[in-house]
Amino acid sequence: MKLNRILKTIFMADFASGLLIALRKFFEKKKTINYPFEKGKISPRFRGEHALRRYPNGEERCIACKLCEAVCPAQAITIESKIREDGSRKTTRYDIDMLKCIYCGLCEESCPVDAIVQGPNFEFATETREELYYNKNKLLENGDKWETALAENIKSDSPYR
Amino acid sequence: MLYLNIFFNEIYKIIFLLLPVLVSVALVVWLDRRVWAFVQKRKGPNVVGPFGLFQTLADALKYTFKEIIIPASANKSIFILAPIVTLTLSLIAWAVIPFDNDVVLSNINVGILYLFAVSSLSVYGIIMAGWASNSKYPFLGAIRSAAQMISYEVSIGIIIINVLLCVGSLNLSDIVLAQKKVWFIFPLFPMFVVFFISALAETNRPPFDLPEAESELVAGYQTEYSGMMYAMFWLGEYANILLLCALGSILFLGGWLSPIDFYPFNYIPGFFWMLLKILILFILFSLIKAIVPRYRFDQLMRLGWKIFLPLSLIWVVLTASFLFFFNMLPIVG
Repeated sequence: MKLNRILKTIFMADFASGLLIALRKFFEKKKTINYPFEKGKISPRFRGEHALRRYPNGEERCIACKLCEAVCPAQAITIESKIREDGSRKTTRYDIDMLKCIYCGLCEESCPVDAIVQGPNFEFATETREELYYNKNKLLENGDKWETALAENIKSDSPYR
Repeated sequence: MLYLNIFFNEIYKIIFLLLPVLVSVALVVWLDRRVWAFVQKRKGPNVVGPFGLFQTLADALKYTFKEIIIPASANKSIFILAPIVTLTLSLIAWAVIPFDNDVVLSNINVGILYLFAVSSLSVYGIIMAGWASNSKYPFLGAIRSAAQMISYEVSIGIIIINVLLCVGSLNLSDIVLAQKKVWFIFPLFPMFVVFFISALAETNRPPFDLPEAESELVAGYQTEYSGMMYAMFWLGEYANILLLCALGSILFLGGWLSPIDFYPFNYIPGFFWMLLKILILFILFSLIKAIVPRYRFDQLMRLGWKIFLPLSLIWVVLTASFLFFFNMLPIVG
């Protein structure tokens, strides 16, 4: 046993086998993704940038139940509401502080009408803090912009809900 | 007028030597990172220029625009001098490296002694940096580096004696020409292995990168350096690595000689073979960087003093007695 070890040390057997492994890995396919040009696959449950969705007729989904505001552990959501002339309750203010948000997805889970959702977009870095205080307009805009992807994701995830 | 003429003649020769060396240092840094990444199944730098070849130039440009910070408690003049000394010493050594028959800046008769002297001096740059920074990590890094480089220089010196016994000349071109029949790597293979490992230790490469062990000493003697001064250390380090690769190929791999001495091969210029050999050694350097863990300091010292030194000394005796017994000692003159 001891002699075996000594021979291994003298002939650098471990080193040689390590070098062989390194050479084999050298010619294997690389795992790197060239990020801005190629992107990794994202799960339909991915919790990215928030969006407020609309019904197909253009009406906002949000009914101002404030469940998301209540459940938000970071208290990042602020909602104010008013009864509209047609008797439906709608939000007058829906702010998310994206800097407070911890992207836990509880708002999306608590929403009874699938109004507030977290979409697949994660590239929304800005140059100032103020740009990350999202208001209702910005959220609705996001919803319009990502609607196809959002609807697709909700549909593919629905069997597991 | 005559002196001026000589002066300018020399200057242009020096520039023609140093520019390619510096450019190849830049490319070699890229190669190093690429090989390292490939072993780890990454792609490495591949964005700037074709295959990311200009990555090092981009980095160098970045370094030139960075602020040079000199710590308040540092010894200013020595602090500034240290990277200059390191870079200069790693570049002046190239003066005696022959790239082809007679393609050498100064073909001096004691070329190998000169190389040895210069590489011993290069410890000074590191010690100066560590001491002048007046901070704990650079200081510890410099102490380690000095101890390490001195220990391994001893065994490199004795390995060189092995080669010199077979050649009978200290001139680097003569050493290469003496390998016309057989490269010294074949009769002296164990010495080549010891030389290679000592070269790793000499240039502070993994597994002997204790002076800059980032998990223990931040960046060792370079910790307090920034901007262009850091880049100079970095250039000097890689120029040194290339130099030891060149020395290895001259001592053991037959320098500019082609591996097989017949028609298609010996028409390829020797310069090409020299570069190829340096490159192969360098790729081995970077492969080793990717696969080995770092040595502990006492292991490093044990390897240097208790294993390599006796081994190379015994080999000197063996080589000398073999040459003497079979009457193969080279004739001087």
